[in-house]
Amino acid sequence: MSSLTELSATEIGRRVRARELSAEEVTRAHLARVALLEPSIDAFLSVFEERAVASARKLDAGLAAGRPAGPLAGVPVAIKDVLDIEGTVTTCGSRILSGYRPPFTATAVARLEAAGAVVLGKTNLDEFAMGSSTENSAYKKTRNPWDATRVPGGSSGGSAAAVAAGVSPLALGTDTGGSIRQPAALCGVVGLKPTYGRVSRYGLVAFASSLDQVGSLSRTVEDAALCASVLCGADPHDATSAREVVPDFSATLAEGARGLTIGVPWTFLAEGVEAQTLAAFRDSLRALEAAGARLVEVDLPNAGHAIATYYIVATAEASSNLARFDGVRYGYRAPNVRDLRGLYGESRDHGFGAEVKRRIILGTFVLSSGYYDAYYVRAQKLRTLIRADYEMAFASCDAIATPTTPTPAFKLGEKTADPLQMYLADIFTVPASLAGIPGLSVPCGFSAGLPVGLQLVGRAFDEATLLRLGHAFQVVTEHHKARPALARSL
Amino acid sequence: MPKVSVEMVDHVARLAQLSLTPAERELFARQLQEILAYAEKVQALDTVSVEPMSHARTSEALREDQPAAGIEREVALGEAPDAADHLFRVPRVIRG
Repeated sequence: MSSLTELSATEIGRRVRARELSAEEVTRAHLARVALLEPSIDAFLSVFEERAVASARKLDAGLAAGRPAGPLAGVPVAIKDVLDIEGTVTTCGSRILSGYRPPFTATAVARLEAAGAVVLGKTNLDEFAMGSSTENSAYKKTRNPWDATRVPGGSSGGSAAAVAAGVSPLALGTDTGGSIRQPAALCGVVGLKPTYGRVSRYGLVAFASSLDQVGSLSRTVEDAALCASVLCGADPHDATSAREVVPDFSATLAEGARGLTIGVPWTFLAEGVEAQTLAAFRDSLRALEAAGARLVEVDLPNAGHAIATYYIVATAEASSNLARFDGVRYGYRAPNVRDLRGLYGESRDHGFGAEVKRRIILGTFVLSSGYYDAYYVRAQKLRTLIRADYEMAFASCDAIATPTTPTPAFKLGEKTADPLQMYLADIFTVPASLAGIPGLSVPCGFSAGLPVGLQLVGRAFDEATLLRLGHAFQVVTEHHKARPALARSL
Repeated sequence: MPKVSVEMVDHVARLAQLSLTPAERELFARQLQEILAYAEKVQALDTVSVEPMSHARTSEALREDQPAAGIEREVALGEAPDAADHLFRVPRVIRG
């Protein structure tokens, strides 16, 4: 890595504002690294060289003229290709949106750019964010920077791989059942999924509207805090965006872990965690204890039902949300169709990949007459029970710790033939998604050379506590400073 | 638990406006069966007195219903695969 691509987002923002570095030189260094590493990682679906350099120059000119710049001044950022940017293509990793140019910009992206961030490009993902390995992209397979034969996780796999490879210090992802936290863990970076409603979903192509949330991937918790303070906040364009006050997350980081209690749901973890992943998790608990946190055992009796609940609720919502892709208003239209029904059916069959079709079928089934109560309503009731488990647990602790995933990164192709095995990769991230509460994944060690993540889950709108704990953890550990051999050697 | 037949997948695919190939129908019938078998464990739980949770947000945050500028019509039509006379064009629906 050149020294510029080793800097954190916080450091870049500080030095660009102080005019010790120009946004343009930072941008060019990262674009050069994209060009160098893309052939081996394939993290991006599009790279905005001209647009990025132009916005960096504009920022530099503003600074030279004495205009103020935001906290992310000159900070390169990669955007998951499910968030719209006016004037550029959004594909959602799907053939059905090949070449689609949205007429608006997502609020999350607009907020980053208003704070000075420079968008490098759009990152690869599982089609419509449906998947846990990024293998469901219609365009390319992203490789894990730690081992090119393994998946980066998903669905925000391109964003996680880009940050892990030092191509971008910061990236946006989206998390419906773990799609930020799981790839963050598998690529050895920090992933923050804020509370449901914290970040506007305007300009985010919907997968499951009661669960979808925008968040960040970064190398440090400090950067996650900086980014969250920019991203979070009410938006008139999204009626579900929360009006709760957004604290300055960076300001409370230094308060540390002392006085905080961490709950560990050991019974839930008995469902199965790979041995070295579990060992790394136990070590991280000891590190948190050493940093001043107190450990207690908590119970999440219904968390074991979360995967079944999630794949009913999320697919039901997806089947409804994806009805909009009909070959009429935008996106792919099948040629040579006889009638309107054929236009819908053929456009959708050719345009969607297998996993998306599978989820539309499952979601339509659980909503169909005769099965609605038995599956969909029952799953909604389980969601209530899962949320109640957390409320009970948070009576005795401030955050709940688990491994982020039961295993480190799996091989490309290992789970593609067995959807249920792929779904089970999300077992530890899905419960918090259903409850709508925030989760943070922090690198906490290695299993046979592959990164392992520690997940901290908190009360609704209490990202500040998670970030404090995560930062305290990074102060006393070195895991986040390890870099993949690929990124070091190039 | 229902036995998931190819006909059942066919019925659901029609509801979802998805034309599937015969191979897809067979594959999805088998995989849907496996996924539903896994989900079957939720059937055993007593949820009679539990309220369903449809959303993580409990408070409504509706804005005032005031007119404001939206996306211009020609902009909205700009991405259409086929548009004419300020309208989306589709195959003829009514024969005449």
